[in-house]
Amino acid sequence: MAGRGGRGRGRSNMTFSLENLGIGRGEALPPSSLQPSPLFPPMTFQPVPLQTGEEVEYMLALKQELRAATKNLPYYIRQSAARRDVLRYSDKYHRDEARDSIMDWRPDWSRLPNELCIKVRKSQKKVLPQLKGTKTTTSGKEEVLSKLEFLEKKEEIVNSEDEEDEEKKKTNEEEEQEQEEELDEEEVEEETDYIMSYFDNGEDFGVDSDDNMDEATY
Amino acid sequence: MTAQEVRLCGLLLQEHFGDVVEKVGTHLLRNGAQHLRAIVQETGTPMDLVKKSLCVLIQHGACAFSSGRKGPGSPVEYQASFERILRILRYPRYIYTAKTLYGDTGELIIEELLQRGHMTMSSTVKTVADRLTLNMEEGHSMEYSEVSNTFSKLVETHFLQRCPPVEVAGKAVSATPDPATTPGAPANNTTPSTPESFADCYKVPHVTLIGRGKRRNSSEDGEDQRNAKRAKEDPETHGDEGIYWQVNFERFHLHFRDQAIISAVANKLDQTSSEIVRTMLRMSEVTTPPIATCTQALSANEIFRSLPPNYNISRPILDQYLTLLVDDPMEFVGKSGDSGGGMYVVNLHRALANLARATLESVVQERFGSRSARIFRLLLRKRHLEQKQVEDFAMIPAKEAKDMLYTLLSENLVQLQEIPKTPDHAPSRTFYLYTVNQLPTARMLLQNCFKTVANLIERRLFETKESKRLLEKSQRIEAILASLQASGAEPEQLTEVEEMITPPEKQQLESLRHHINKLDSAENQVDETIFLLESYIKSTATNKVIG
Repeated sequence: MAGRGGRGRGRSNMTFSLENLGIGRGEALPPSSLQPSPLFPPMTFQPVPLQTGEEVEYMLALKQELRAATKNLPYYIRQSAARRDVLRYSDKYHRDEARDSIMDWRPDWSRLPNELCIKVRKSQKKVLPQLKGTKTTTSGKEEVLSKLEFLEKKEEIVNSEDEEDEEKKKTNEEEEQEQEEELDEEEVEEETDYIMSYFDNGEDFGVDSDDNMDEATY
Repeated sequence: MTAQEVRLCGLLLQEHFGDVVEKVGTHLLRNGAQHLRAIVQETGTPMDLVKKSLCVLIQHGACAFSSGRKGPGSPVEYQASFERILRILRYPRYIYTAKTLYGDTGELIIEELLQRGHMTMSSTVKTVADRLTLNMEEGHSMEYSEVSNTFSKLVETHFLQRCPPVEVAGKAVSATPDPATTPGAPANNTTPSTPESFADCYKVPHVTLIGRGKRRNSSEDGEDQRNAKRAKEDPETHGDEGIYWQVNFERFHLHFRDQAIISAVANKLDQTSSEIVRTMLRMSEVTTPPIATCTQALSANEIFRSLPPNYNISRPILDQYLTLLVDDPMEFVGKSGDSGGGMYVVNLHRALANLARATLESVVQERFGSRSARIFRLLLRKRHLEQKQVEDFAMIPAKEAKDMLYTLLSENLVQLQEIPKTPDHAPSRTFYLYTVNQLPTARMLLQNCFKTVANLIERRLFETKESKRLLEKSQRIEAILASLQASGAEPEQLTEVEEMITPPEKQQLESLRHHINKLDSAENQVDETIFLLESYIKSTATNKVIG
């Protein structure tokens, strides 16, 4: 009955004798901790220095090179910047730079599930066969010329396609944009119409009131 | 799959493939196999971005997909593999190993393949040849055939392997209820097929590639972009379309394991004995299966014949060395028979276990001091000890020994085993035995290592973020300098531009570079410990299954 015998020693809240834990009779118990241990506890032993040498240096260089290279590979996917609060004039020039649906590399789709295939590329593929056709028939200077012509055509095609596709949308948008721009201009004009020299910040009148104030406080 | 592993994987994905892939990847890691719609919904990412991310993950082998798990016609499910993602940490080591074994060409081949996940042989050879040509002197260039040779050698030694052919049930339109039940293809959907299970895994296709690396004007846009462009516009065919190659990580790991054993022998005994072990490992490289506990038995005669002649080890000396190796407490080499002048094996599993044990011991020593390490070693050797016995055997004053023992216990490095004499578990009638369980301790240490690496990466990101402005400035100035130099500017102009970075800024940049180098180097070196512990845990697991 050592557990109960403990009562005699005045430590009745323990169900075991403290001697088993290595705390002798009469020794104070360690203070109980009421807070979590520190996030960065002091280190009693300093860490060993890192290895050095040619191998280590080379691996370090390789690691840093790899890391820098990944940012330029097509596999590094950036989310296109979220729409900012204000519609800017420059937005329509930036729009094509980062579109979510464009792949910068061409994976072998036969190794991927069908559902992952992103559709947008198809519109480009439509144009590509024509490119090949013109390329094979011509050579040298003619090639350059035809290429230029083709590019011209392509632009037209793209334009017309766009128009066909989103005719209504575009026109609506454009109208809206124009309206907005007009509005903006008007607003600006209105703002600038305000004769700045006429602006009265109340300083001229302040002298009197200041004096009055002073008087009031005194 | 632990929280630490997910965190580290997330950081690695973010660093290599950007935030979007990180989001999709960690979601997959946390939630297991999922289909596309669920991923889109639960991550709140646009569909196109999710698709792109999945393509990237699959391209790099970090994600597998399968369909029909819930019956035929069910949507394709994606599953990320954290093991593959953690391999990113070891990329520098793979590349370095390829360099030591196969020179610059091997280095670049492995680097390209690691960066791009998988590639065809022809495109790899071309890219590598172009890159090598770029670094050569004017007028020289690299032959495609030379690069092809190195590539074939890497395949022959199994460092590269073919990507296994994909079986997409979503693509096979066949309406048969379950193609997996046909004889010859048992349980195709349940067991993930390993690349090695295909017959052509290490077969190099016939590739028609004639020519040499081309040099492009370096004033054009970035190298990588050009490579990508070239790859796109390449209309030629080389007869290996659709055959993709990937890096065989397992083979590299076997090489790392052998190197670890050899260098351990060299440190423990001497250079000559390490050469003997190296010879033994090389001889059995082909004949020993990867998961074997020990190599094929080799007779002393065979070993003697295969020793490189320039070591000048005579037969009696070899015998002496072999007996010395067998008697060594690290048990790297064992004797399995007496025929043929003695049959010897390399105890692969025991060697890994001993190396892992040494790692644990040194961790305790460096964190808690050599006297705590003494207690730890004592417990490892004697298995179970009572507190009183620990104090006596370790020859450390009782009070201090208790303190150390409890510290180790609270850090989970030492376990406590209760053995009650009576069924009521009364403390006074119970034995309290302290013990060290090597395997769980190694697992815990491995998790600590993952945490360490994740912390290192986060610290590095923090450091770079703190001095982002400074870094951008120095980059801009470097760009200006380069363009000025190219246009042949006066030296005064150059110095003027150089002075745009003030001395205190220069100092700051220098210290930042120093810190980042340290952090990166530490990542590499922690990974070596990770490798050792992982191999030990894996080898123990496979050997238990076998019996």
